[in-house]
Amino acid sequence: MAVQSNFRNMVLCLTAVCLVCSALLAGVYAMTKDPIDKTNAEILRASIGAVLPEGGELSEAKDAEIGGQASEYYVLMRDGSPAAYAVKSTVVGFGGPLALMVGVTTDGIVYNTSVLSHQETPGLGAKCNTDAKFMGQWQGFDTNSKVLAVTKDGGDVDAITASTITSRAYALAVKNAVDFVRSLAGAAPTDGASGASVPAGAPKNDGGQIDE
Amino acid sequence: MSKFQLITKGLVKDNPTFVLLLGMCPTLATTTSAVNGLSMGLATLFVLVLSNMAISAIAPVVPDKVHIPVYIVVIATFVTILQLLMQAYTPDIYVTLGLFIPLIVVNCIVLGRAEAFACKNSVVDSALDGLGVGIGFTVSLTVIGLVREILGSGSAFGWKFLSGDGMLAFVMAPGAFLVLGYLMVLFNKFIAKK
Repeated sequence: MAVQSNFRNMVLCLTAVCLVCSALLAGVYAMTKDPIDKTNAEILRASIGAVLPEGGELSEAKDAEIGGQASEYYVLMRDGSPAAYAVKSTVVGFGGPLALMVGVTTDGIVYNTSVLSHQETPGLGAKCNTDAKFMGQWQGFDTNSKVLAVTKDGGDVDAITASTITSRAYALAVKNAVDFVRSLAGAAPTDGASGASVPAGAPKNDGGQIDE
Repeated sequence: MSKFQLITKGLVKDNPTFVLLLGMCPTLATTTSAVNGLSMGLATLFVLVLSNMAISAIAPVVPDKVHIPVYIVVIATFVTILQLLMQAYTPDIYVTLGLFIPLIVVNCIVLGRAEAFACKNSVVDSALDGLGVGIGFTVSLTVIGLVREILGSGSAFGWKFLSGDGMLAFVMAPGAFLVLGYLMVLFNKFIAKK
């Protein structure tokens, strides 16, 4: 069995083990750093590519505050001027943070959206990532004539059945992204521009209402 | 004990999930589908075999009073290596299992095998022991995941045979307890009895 312990061999043993382990980890880290960076960059590029029209040149990530949170966005440049923006927008969903990538063209039309990460209930809110009808309605959603809120709140977004809170959060995330793009262009936020009014406090996720 | 028995005892007699009830946290949390259960099982298997080998190699020179910290450092090293490798080469599985990969460090099975077996046996025997227990854990997790997936999502290994949703409770936490409980009953009734 094990060696009798004394101060010297305990210190020696722990030091040696930690040194070998750190060296091993440093080696593996150096080996996997490039593949990890490459994979992450590919995932990001795929999520941006899915929400923006093709053609043009994509800018580097730019930091911004979107919906009150530190986030980032990318600009699609075409012929020297911005044509569309891909905005990373995070809100609180039903089960935790709901992060979206939202593509918005400069004239205020949502090109497409994609879910980066979510923790919604399987089979209910999680449909925001699979339900063709819900996801399809964002393509070409014209924020100049439509209101970014679920129909229950007087908007034009069809909610997922039995998942109003998730749908509201999704709509809010898109709205935050659109408002941000509008603020870049110097225009008023969606509520004012569309002329329609959203009931006060309606898009809030107060958690008190359990309909999911 | 023969080499063959070393492997098979982890499957039935010392099955970590259904008999020893170790590693319940990943068992309940990651088995939402057969593929997730399988990935978690294989990840644990990888760590078990390597940490068992390393620990049985260094055990004779480790002073008794510091053996637990030494084992944990060794286990944590292998888990971190696994985490980096998964992040680089299997990003999809890494995202799905997420937090539960680093938590393998505190999985009772790994430290349990180090303490109960690896520190007293040869490197080869320890590797076989790790392999056996790891396979037992993998098979158990895959079966639990498969049952939950069939009942909860109407699919098996991602292949959907039912349109629409299944019984969603089985994909969520309560279903994990139910499935584990019933499988444990069946296991002890038909397989583990002598």
